Amino acid sequence: MPSDTSSTDAIRVENLRFAWPGNPPVLDIKSFTLGRGEKLFLRGPSGSGKSTLLGLIAGVLSPGTGTINVLGNDMARLSAAARDRVRADHLGVIFQMFNLVPYLSVTGNVTLPLHFSPARRKAVGAHPDEEARRLLGRLGLTDPAMLDRRVSDLSVGQQQRVAAARALIGGPDIVIADEPTSALDADARDRFIELLSEEASRTGAALLFVSHDASLARLFDRAVDLAEINTAGVTA
Amino acid sequence: MKALFTLAWKSLLNRRASFLLTLFAVALSVALFLGVDKARTGAREGFGHTISGTDLIIGAPTGSVNLLLYSVFRMGNATAEVSWPTYQKLSARDDIAWTVPISLGDSHRGFRVMGTDHAYFEHYQYGRGESLRFAKGREMDDLFDAVVGADVARELGYEIGSPLVLSHGLGKADFGSGHENRPFRVVGILAPTGTPVDRTVIVSLEAITAIHVGWESGAKNPLSDSITEDMIRSFNLTPKTVTAIYAGLKRKGTILRTRREINTNKGEPLMAIIPGEALAELWSVTAMAERALLAVSIFVIAVGVVSILTSILTSLNERRREMSILRAVGARPGHIFGLLTLEAGLIGFGGAALGIVIVHVLVLIAGPIVMQRYGISLGGTGPGMTDLITLLAVTGASLLAGAIPAWAAFRRSLADGLSVKL
Repeated sequence: MPSDTSSTDAIRVENLRFAWPGNPPVLDIKSFTLGRGEKLFLRGPSGSGKSTLLGLIAGVLSPGTGTINVLGNDMARLSAAARDRVRADHLGVIFQMFNLVPYLSVTGNVTLPLHFSPARRKAVGAHPDEEARRLLGRLGLTDPAMLDRRVSDLSVGQQQRVAAARALIGGPDIVIADEPTSALDADARDRFIELLSEEASRTGAALLFVSHDASLARLFDRAVDLAEINTAGVTA
Repeated sequence: MKALFTLAWKSLLNRRASFLLTLFAVALSVALFLGVDKARTGAREGFGHTISGTDLIIGAPTGSVNLLLYSVFRMGNATAEVSWPTYQKLSARDDIAWTVPISLGDSHRGFRVMGTDHAYFEHYQYGRGESLRFAKGREMDDLFDAVVGADVARELGYEIGSPLVLSHGLGKADFGSGHENRPFRVVGILAPTGTPVDRTVIVSLEAITAIHVGWESGAKNPLSDSITEDMIRSFNLTPKTVTAIYAGLKRKGTILRTRREINTNKGEPLMAIIPGEALAELWSVTAMAERALLAVSIFVIAVGVVSILTSILTSLNERRREMSILRAVGARPGHIFGLLTLEAGLIGFGGAALGIVIVHVLVLIAGPIVMQRYGISLGGTGPGMTDLITLLAVTGASLLAGAIPAWAAFRRSLADGLSVKL
C-alpha cells in the first residue's frame, strides 16, 4: 500500500543532523537513500549512531534538522502521532533479539501489527491467522505444534523467523532489520537472510538490513557503511 | 480498544501469581468494607426493628437514649422508677389505648429478668409489626411461672418445667446473694425474634415484688430465709414501682401533645420518648464510631489499590522490552498508556467483583448465625446499590492509580525509542 507513488525512494535522508539534548551530534548525514524494493546492507558497528538513525526513520524519535523522507512523508514535519501511523502502516521492524511479546502466542505475535494499522489489517483480509501461518510456513516454520508453544520456548532462530513474519505481515513497504542475525550461527544466519530477502521480494518491500558484520554485504543489492556517510565523528 | 483489552488481559495472565495476589488483596479489602457496611446497616435495621407499634416509652426522667437503652435493649440501668399510682393514672388517660408496665433490675445467670403482665405479650411488637410467638408452652399464670427467650432456653438448656433461681442485682448468681428460696418454673419458651427479648427471662410484676420480700432495705434481711412460699403468696404483692412503660395511643395524631403533657406532669416527674426519635439520637451518637470504622475500611481499600499500582510499577522494568516491541509494531505512546491503565482497571474491577462475591457468600453462610446470635440481619437481599457503587469506585480508583505507572511507561517509551539497552 504505497502512500505516495510519486516518490521513487522508500527512504531519503538529506542533511540530517541529530544530537541528544546536551550532547554532541551523533548523526550528520549528507545523503542516504533506500530505493523502493531495494535490499540494502547498512554496516554500522555499535555506537555508530545506527540505533538513532533507525529510530528517526521509524518515526519514534523527533528529527533534528534536515530531511527524513519515508515513502514521501516528511517525518520532520509530521506530528508524533502521524509518524506513529506511518510506522504502523508501512514499516516492519526486526530487532537483534527478544523480538516477541512473551504473553502472546506465535500467531498472536505475528498478527500484532494488524491491531495498530487498519490499512495492514485490510491488506491481510478476513483471516489474519491464516496469513500468519502462511508467512511462517514460507519462513520455514511449518510445524503446527510450534504455533501453540510459548514463544519463550522457541529457539532464537525460530524467534527471529517469527519476528520476520511479523515484520512482513500486511505487506509493509519497508522492513528494517537491526542486527537480526547476530545471535544465530553462520548457517542459520545465511538461511534467515535468504528467506527474509525472498519474502521481501515477493511482497515488494524494501529491506534495510543493519549489521556490524561486513561479510554479510554480499547477500544484498547494495552496501553502505554508516561510518562513511555519517560525519558526526562519533566513535564511542 | 478491544485489541488493547486482549493485550492487557493476556499480559495479566502471563504474570498470574502477582496478578492473583493483587486481585485477592483488592478483593479482601472490598469484602471488609462491604462487610462493615452490611453489619452497620444490619445493626441499624436490627435496632430499628427491636420495637415497633409502641408510640411512647415512659420512665423516670433521664436521657432519652438511656431510657431507650434500658427499657428496650436491656442495656444499662434505670436511675429511678415510676410509682405504681402514677402508672395507673397514665393507663387511665383518655388518649392512651394500652400500656405495658415493665420492671427490670434482676438477672438470671447473666440474662436480664423482666417483670411485666399479659399486656406485654399482646402489645409488644418487633420487626415489621410482628408479635411474640411461643415456641413451646404459654404465658405466666402462677406467681412463680417464668417465660424465657429463645437464647435463654438454648444456652441454659431449659425446657418446659425447668426450675430456675433468680438473683438480685445483675451479676451471675453466687451463693448467699440469690433468691434461692423463690424457685421459679419455666412455663413458656418464646420463638426467636432477633431482639433482646431472646435474652430475657419474663416473669409477672408480682413475682418481681415477691423475690424482693425481705430485701426492702436493699440488703438481705436475715429473717427472709424463714419466709416460706405460702407466706409470700399471702402477701400483698402489688408492685410499688415499675421501671418503664410502653404505651400505645388511640390516635397517632396526638402523640406530640401527649408526650408534652407527660413530660410536664404536675405530680411525679416523668419522661416520655418516641422510640424512633430516640433511636435517631442514638445513631447520632454511634455515627462517629461507624464513620471511623468505615474510614478504616476505606483506607484498607486504598491500600489494596496502591498494591495494584505497586505490582504494575515493579513490573515495568522487565516489560520495557515489551513496550518497545509494541512501539515498533505501530503502537502509539497512548496505546502504552492505555494498556497499563487498563491492566490496573482490570485488576481493580476483578478484585472488587470478587470481594462482592466473597461478602455475599459469607452473608449467605453466616447470615442466619449472626441473626440468631446477635439479632443483626445482614440484609442478605443480594447485591445492591452499595455493591455497584463500590465496584465502580474501586475500578475508577484503580484506573487512576494505573495512570501513574502508565505515565512512567509512556515517558519511558518516548525516550527509549526502538532500542532498549538491557
